[in-house]
Parts: sequence; structure tokens; C-alpha cells
Amino acid sequence: MTTLLRTDGITKSFGGVRALDDCTLEVEEGSITGLIGPNGSGKTTLFNVITGYAKADAGAVYLGDRRITNTSPDKVFHAGIGRTFQLTRIFPTLTVLENMLVPASSASRKAGGVRRKAMDQLEFVGIAGHHDQLAGTLSYGQRKLLELAYVLVADPAVILLDEPAGGVNPTLIGQIAERIAQLNAERQKTFLIVEHNMEFVMGLCARVAVLDAGSVVASGPPDIIRTDPRVLDAYLGVDVDA
Amino acid sequence: MNLTTDRTTALKVAGLVVVAAIAIAFPYVYSNPVDTNYGVYAMIFVTVACAWNLFSGFTGYISLGQAVFFGSGAYTVGIAARDWHVTGTGVFLLLPLGAVAAAVIAVPFGLIALRVRRHTFIVITIAVFFIFQLMASDFSFTGGTIGLPAPFLSWQESTFNNPFYFTALGAAVVTILLAWLIRRSRFGLQLRAIKDDEDRALGLGVRTMRVKLSAFMLSALITGFIGGVWFLYITQVLPSSGYDPLFDLTIVLMAFLGGVGTIAGPVIGALLIEPTRLYLNTRFTNGYLSEILLGALFLLVVMFVPRGIVPTGGEWIKKFRSRGRPVVSPAGTAEQGTPVGSRR
Repeated sequence: MTTLLRTDGITKSFGGVRALDDCTLEVEEGSITGLIGPNGSGKTTLFNVITGYAKADAGAVYLGDRRITNTSPDKVFHAGIGRTFQLTRIFPTLTVLENMLVPASSASRKAGGVRRKAMDQLEFVGIAGHHDQLAGTLSYGQRKLLELAYVLVADPAVILLDEPAGGVNPTLIGQIAERIAQLNAERQKTFLIVEHNMEFVMGLCARVAVLDAGSVVASGPPDIIRTDPRVLDAYLGVDVDA
Repeated sequence: MNLTTDRTTALKVAGLVVVAAIAIAFPYVYSNPVDTNYGVYAMIFVTVACAWNLFSGFTGYISLGQAVFFGSGAYTVGIAARDWHVTGTGVFLLLPLGAVAAAVIAVPFGLIALRVRRHTFIVITIAVFFIFQLMASDFSFTGGTIGLPAPFLSWQESTFNNPFYFTALGAAVVTILLAWLIRRSRFGLQLRAIKDDEDRALGLGVRTMRVKLSAFMLSALITGFIGGVWFLYITQVLPSSGYDPLFDLTIVLMAFLGGVGTIAGPVIGALLIEPTRLYLNTRFTNGYLSEILLGALFLLVVMFVPRGIVPTGGEWIKKFRSRGRPVVSPAGTAEQGTPVGSRR
């Protein structure tokens, strides 16, 4: 297995707060990697740095052997990293299908196949029936599915999901997990997933990295992570070192 | 189903033909220069309101600096005619130059202003506007506070307005057509995506700065062109008339009244407001009454039809047609059931 996405010693401060502190993370090609950590540990900031929404103070981000540190979000997307947001962000006054066409609109491909492909993706996540509706009328869970679908349109190598199961009903959580597993198995998509739902993470991810106070304190298979004292420390605040 | 769509299309085409016939026949039916003057101004403002809408309406970036392009188009034509000694009908050939000058100005203007959003963007456009007004009155090559005269056109007085009317009508038609084409294009989709959530669009690969700037330049190009037409028509430009703060408020009101971001909205808004304003100004000699009423209208629009005549009117028609039946299917039904195709 080769490393597809790698952050190397990322540091990022907001004023006096050090959100990321020498953060090093590796995501293997074709894996589903979970990223967990207490609130405020820097998970979303790390996503923002990787995808160009925030500038790192120090460190580097690599996609394969290509250095993509501090490039703008549109270039990161074209390089092959798609992401979703913690609070879903869709285009509410565009129809669902139009939403799907936004990522394709900047690629230099013919328009003909794009529409078909967009419908295929909508079908895949199960909201094709709503393609004519304004996206703003979708429920929260459906928006999550739409966000996943339009990221898929451009066929990115790596997909970053920020809390895909947050605020979604259990049935839909199962459906989202199923889709992610399917994308990983059938289309060899690499995922990095931030999620608080432990059942979701432990069930889906082959590897889990734990972020605490801006650095990765542990990483490995879920079973090992579950019992790692540093993880318990990070989550429960128990001083196990003493 | 097919029959009704065919009928709607036929109705639409018929409607457009009628509107076009009226527009072309207007200066011949109402051939009095006092009347055709209304036509010229109406077409000038249809064009600028649509040009404003092309950028501001589609992207949500409310520009109050369109007068920069309008005035610069006028001044460019005036300066070029003066320095190159262009006289007679030949001055019409300078109009594209005014358009290009405005588009060129839009580049640094846009590169600065389009870095910020919403209120900050509006404030910057106002600031740039005043910079241009000051430059026009302080530089000598613009004629300073005296402004510039347009070359004399020795046309017959009774039909003097007609070439201007048709030039402005042509510009209006081209602008409306452009707006219609853009709205259906990938470019238009990107503009609307930017209006909804610019950062998300950026993260989906849309080169937002390039897209915004292109629309801004296109809007400037059209506005600069029609600014030149206006200058040749009223035969002079002053810093206070070329760069008029009321100009921007008026076109924004036109677009809001008709419906921001729609194709027909700015056209309807301009056709309602500009002739009324002109009538009040000529009827009551001083311009204050129309300004007061314009302000009052602004308040009424914001309070009662904030989205404009076209979207709100469309809803009323829909409601009227579907009396007794719900217009939208009840919300939440889709959420509970299993979405189509999710189970295998």
C-alpha cells in the first residue's frame, strides 16, 4: 500500500490558539481512514488546510508525490481531492441536478455525458427522484447525500468527509455508510472521514487516527485505537501517565 | 402535456413578436421628439439595468459603481472625438471604444473590489465611483468641471432621436439575449452557484475570481457602450452627470422592482421607472419630486415585493391557476420513505 495523502508537520495558529501543532497524518491509497478526536482538537482545521480553505503556518501537504500545500480550493479540487462540510453546503436556489453540474462546469469536458453521469450519481446515493427540485427544499439528510454525490461527479482520488453521519437519522446513517463502503470497494476511492459517531467510524474504517490538541497522538486499526491509553486520555481527560 | 407546452411556446413567441413590433414601430407612431425622447431614455435604462443584472443580479454582488462604466464610456467617446477631431456621424464609430475602455477599467476595479463580499463590496464600489467623479472634475483632459461637449450632429430635428432610439434598442436586445444565453450556460450556472455559496463553489473547482471578473467586465462593456450613446444624445457630459450617484440607485431600484436575477425583471423595472421619472422631471421642472418618489418606491418594493414583480407575479399566477390544489407537494414525505433506488 502506498500513501496517497500525507500531511507533514502542519502547524496552524489562530491568534494565540494553536489549532494544529506539528500534525502528521498519512492516508493510504484505497483505504477508509477515520479521523477522530475531541471537539476543538483541530479536525476541521486540518481539513481546511488540506483543501486550501486555510493556510498552514508551517508544514506540507502531499497528494501522491505532488506538493499541494496552500494552493487554492479550486486547484486542490482539480488535483483530485473532494470534500464535504460539517454543516452541509449545497446551492439552495439551484435544482438538485444543477447542483450536480457545478463541479463539472469547470472541467473541460463535453456537456453531454456530464448530465448522464450526474444522474447516475444521484441514483447511486438515492435522490435521483428529486433532481428537478430546488436543493433548498431537501431535508438535511438528503443534502448530505447530495453533497456526497456532487463531490463524486468529478471523480476525485481522495474524498474528505466532515461528519457525514452528524445530525442524520439512523436509517440514513446506515445508507451513507453503505455507499461509502461500496465506493471504496468498487471504485477504489480513498476516504478520510471525520466523525463523532464511534459505531460508524469503527465499523467502516480500516485505520483510525486520533487527533488531540492539534497533533496526531495515535493511529492504527480501530481495535487497537479503542484501547489505546492516549486515546482514552484525549477523550476522557484521565491522566493515565501518572 | 406536449400540447400545452407547444401552446406556451407559441404564446411566448407571439408575445415576443408583438413586443418587437411595438418597439420598432414606436418612433414612427409617436414621432414627436418629445415622445421619442422617452423611448431613447427607456432603452438606455433597459440596457444598463440588464447589464447590471448580468453581474450583480446573477452573482449577488450588488454594485453601486456602474456609473463608473457609464461615465467612462461617455468620457472616452468625448475625449477621442475631441483629440482625433472626429465629427459628424463618424462619432458613432467611437462607441465600441467607450465600451472597451469601460471593460478595461473593470479589470483593476474588479480585482480590488471582488476580493471582498456583500456590504464591503458595495462600499468599495461607491468609493471607486467617487474617485472617478473626482478625477473627472480635477483632471484637465476631461474638461474639468465644465465637462465635454459632443460633436455637433447636423440632423433634422424632427427625426434626430430616431438613430439613438434604434442604437439603444439594439443594445437592449443584445443585452437581454446575452442574459438569456448566459443564464442557460455553464458560465451562468457558475455565477448562480457563486451567489448561493461562493466558497463551496470554489471548493468544487469553480475559478470564482475569473468567473466574477468576466461577468463584471461584460457588464462594464455594455454599460460603457450605452454611456457613449447617452453622451452623443444629450451632447455633453459633466462630472456630475456622467458619474451620477442617482444613476446607480435608479438601476438597482429598477432591477429590484422587476426581479433581481431574472431576465424580464430589469426590463420591466426600467420600462416602468424611467418614463415615470422623465415625465415627473419635465412636468414639475425640478427633479426633487421624482427623487422623493423614487425613494418612496424603494421602500414600498422592499416592504411588499422584496423579490420583485416577476417572481412574485409568477407565484400569484400559479396560485390563481391551481386554486384548490396544493402548489407544492407536502414537505417531508420524501424524507421518511426510502429514497428511490437506495435498496438493491
